[in-house]
Amino acid sequence: MRALDRKLLRDLWHLRGQVLAIAAVIMGGVATLVMSLSTYDSLVTTRDRFYAERRLADVFANLKRAPEPVAERLRELPGVERLETRVVAGVKLEVRDFSDPITGLMVSVPERGEPLLNALHLKRGRMVQPDSADEVVLADSFADAHGLEPGDTLAAIVKGKRRQLTVVGVAVSPEYIYQIAPGAMFPDFKRYGVLWAGRDALAAAYDMEGAFNDVALTLARDANVREVIDRVDAVLAGYGGTGAYARPDQLSNRFLAEELKQLQTTATLFPAIFLGIAAFLLDVVVSRLVALQREQVAILKAFGYSNLAVLAHYVKLVMGVVVIGVAAGVALGAWFGQGLSNVYTETTFRFPYLDFGVRPGVVLAALAISAAAAVSGTLYSVYRAARLAPAEGMRPETPTVYRATFIERIGLQRWFAAPTRMILRHIERRPVKSLLTVLGIACACGLMMVGNYQKGAIDFMVDVQFRQAAREDLSVSFIEPTSSKALHELAALPGVRAVEGFRDVPAVLRFENYRYRSAVYGIQPEGRLHRSLDRSLQPVSVPPGGVVLTDHLANEILHVRPGDVLTVEVLEGERRTVQVPVLGITQQYLGVSAYMRQESLNALLREGDVVSGAYLAIEPGAEESVYAKLHARPRVLGMVANASAVRSFYATIGEFVLFYNLVATLLAASIGFGVVYNSARIALSERGRELASLRVLGFTRGEIAYILLGELALLTLAAIPVGILVGVGLIGVLVLAFSSDLYRLPVVLAPDNIALGATVVVASALVSGLILWRRLGRLDLVAVLKTRE
Amino acid sequence: MTARTEAVFRAKGLTKTYRMGEVEVRALRGIDLDLGRGELVVLLGPSGSGKSTLLNILGGLDTPTSGEVRYLDHQLTGATESALTRFRREHVGFVFQFYNLIPSLTARENVAAVTEIAPSPMRPEEALGLVGLEARLDHFPAQLSGGEQQRVAIARAIAKNPAVLLCDEPTGALDSATGVVVLEALEKVNRELGTLTVLITHNVGIADMADRVIRLSDGQIAEIRSNPAKKPARSLAW
Repeated sequence: MRALDRKLLRDLWHLRGQVLAIAAVIMGGVATLVMSLSTYDSLVTTRDRFYAERRLADVFANLKRAPEPVAERLRELPGVERLETRVVAGVKLEVRDFSDPITGLMVSVPERGEPLLNALHLKRGRMVQPDSADEVVLADSFADAHGLEPGDTLAAIVKGKRRQLTVVGVAVSPEYIYQIAPGAMFPDFKRYGVLWAGRDALAAAYDMEGAFNDVALTLARDANVREVIDRVDAVLAGYGGTGAYARPDQLSNRFLAEELKQLQTTATLFPAIFLGIAAFLLDVVVSRLVALQREQVAILKAFGYSNLAVLAHYVKLVMGVVVIGVAAGVALGAWFGQGLSNVYTETTFRFPYLDFGVRPGVVLAALAISAAAAVSGTLYSVYRAARLAPAEGMRPETPTVYRATFIERIGLQRWFAAPTRMILRHIERRPVKSLLTVLGIACACGLMMVGNYQKGAIDFMVDVQFRQAAREDLSVSFIEPTSSKALHELAALPGVRAVEGFRDVPAVLRFENYRYRSAVYGIQPEGRLHRSLDRSLQPVSVPPGGVVLTDHLANEILHVRPGDVLTVEVLEGERRTVQVPVLGITQQYLGVSAYMRQESLNALLREGDVVSGAYLAIEPGAEESVYAKLHARPRVLGMVANASAVRSFYATIGEFVLFYNLVATLLAASIGFGVVYNSARIALSERGRELASLRVLGFTRGEIAYILLGELALLTLAAIPVGILVGVGLIGVLVLAFSSDLYRLPVVLAPDNIALGATVVVASALVSGLILWRRLGRLDLVAVLKTRE
Repeated sequence: MTARTEAVFRAKGLTKTYRMGEVEVRALRGIDLDLGRGELVVLLGPSGSGKSTLLNILGGLDTPTSGEVRYLDHQLTGATESALTRFRREHVGFVFQFYNLIPSLTARENVAAVTEIAPSPMRPEEALGLVGLEARLDHFPAQLSGGEQQRVAIARAIAKNPAVLLCDEPTGALDSATGVVVLEALEKVNRELGTLTVLITHNVGIADMADRVIRLSDGQIAEIRSNPAKKPARSLAW
């Protein structure tokens, strides 16, 4: 080994405390990058493979009823490659020992052979056998939630009649990776399930013999999606078609895409912040290290080493730290990534398998990004040292020029003793360095806040949604629009405290060239259960005659303002296209909605006082009996209970958020400690000589600790308010990056969130201070007098 | 070996052995020495003769391996770390070869840093006046020449009115003309304040200004020579 390399290893060993602290910071950045990218890659790869294997359709369409020969007309449409018709129907389910309402979706599979499209991946059991009317295959999420296995039974209420079903298989479908009940906000594996049954049996149960109500198709090569959709819609218009839609609008795929988009944002945003701070730390430490090695650099040069050789030496030193950090980061990131992917596949995306792997490209990217950040950070300081003429380098550095600080110049100096003046002047003497230290600590504080922000935001979202806007206990949907007289029956049920009818209709909203497929909700203007909220989250009455839109829908999707006129294409009944004025904007964090007064919507649809469902408030304790009574009513299609929806949401998302928070908090804390410890450690090596001199002059350890730690304390205190600002800024970026029509994160600053950020920074400072205190006890008083700086 | 008046320091059988890896270095091998009030003592000797080790033990910066040192009625050997700190704080002034000033404090403040923690100090201005720096009170170290910086260090050392002034190669980093100015300052302090002054040097020419010259060699006292006709610092040259 060459002498210079041996020196390198010893320098690394000598600086091990700082090397580890910086490596921890690099590790934090790299681990976030590897975790996010590998999870993202794995989910995308798995999704694509699964979609291809199971032949997910390109276009989907629902309709009321069409005779089977219509399928031939659809197959002959230009651009259609393969097409399959199905019978799909909503169903109420009953599982033994579970009293909450369960809604299901029955989807037909061909009597013989595999489905042409949207084929199932059978995890256990078998497919349904021909002519076996009571056999079903269950979605694995639902089966797992209830512990149902092949051979078990459950009951379905079909057209008011209770039917016993036998589970023969458990499967996963590419069409229902993300399963969410219509009208629900979150997936709920216990209360919503997809079932597959034989086509003949299902058709018989729903009067669909020789007919279909659902179509899935793939596109021929070079086919234009929009044109195919228009042609399909033209054919199905006469059969109650509600408008065909392509994969991007398919619910499961859309949620999946949205979640992956967020993951991608995380994969770029967080590592950028983490690595940025790591680069700053490296810069500070290496510049200090090189300054300390000034004479050695000069001697090396005097021996005849070239500038380039000296430069290479220090770049190698830095790369040593980078390699340690990256290796640890990749290992940790892969581990976290595996964990995160598992949490994903267990909670939201029920892929039957997971192609997990860390691409070599990701590792190389992590190494390249860290190395670039580190080397660029060190280049200048190394250049400065290598540029010196050897003779100059071997002379001691001239004392730094200090002057009285601003505070002293304005006449406050008599309040400060010499040690305090030393602190103030040292900070003011190197304002950029002090500022960078403050910024570094502030970033750590901000990161902590971001890591811990989601929990508070989700609590807030849920509170606004379920305690202020949708305050009903239960939302009931009818099989078809019904006279509002039905509400009286509901109100008469024992245990029902209040009933509010609503009318909702699927529709495409258009303004200029913007369009959005959604639904229009007709609610009660003075509703006490279901209300719309204004920007300050106060309930507002929906004005008559027009529509009120969620802010995100109005501003970001349709680009309309109050006063503009929206085109609404109703996707039901006569499928009218009408012009409706926009009358207001409402605040909503979950989903997007268009609200009208029920009477205005009825008028628009040229119908009487008709509702399609109702919001119910139920006496505490009466839930089960109300569920049971509603369950038995043939006109009731489905029910969503808010309380249990929120519970199950927390049960599933809770695990994910907990995991994510833990990781983000750990990484942010490692950065926080890295920054604070390094700042303190550098201050000690810069001032060790000065402090030892003071010790010799009779200062106690406590008195010199005041000078050193006082500066650290001052910078840390200054960093906390800045850190809160940084945290708010980062949260703002996060909120923008994560804003979608599915949900928008509110900017919520919980006091405990701020407190946590500040606590970690202060705790890091205290631990660093303690380490320094011990080191101050070991200052070599004699050596300092003998050597010059 | 006679103490002229009462002994300030009384050292008996001092030894100091350093362990440097596997090698034992015996820096002091049995020193017996009394130093009296108001004396100006020069410690002479080649590198490695034990001068600095002796000075550091006297100043409470280091402890002997065996033997004992008394300062007036204080036992220094076996004293605790905080007792030694208090000893340095109240009784000892140090002057170093490389000044060791605090770069972020002005001349006046460098002195004040010590006077603020001393029990009965003089005013910083007075101390700086003694070394002829009345006009440079508010200059920072970076604005002072080497000789001026060393005089600030002397002012800093004497400002607490110490009983002992320990100077380790105070002129080592200076040219001879500047060195003489610094020695004049030390001489003046010794004369006017009666401070016991111990001065390490390997420069034989400086020995002429001492009351006593102690020559160390291999950790032992080779010679103690009294100097009845000491020369003023101004007349020295090297």
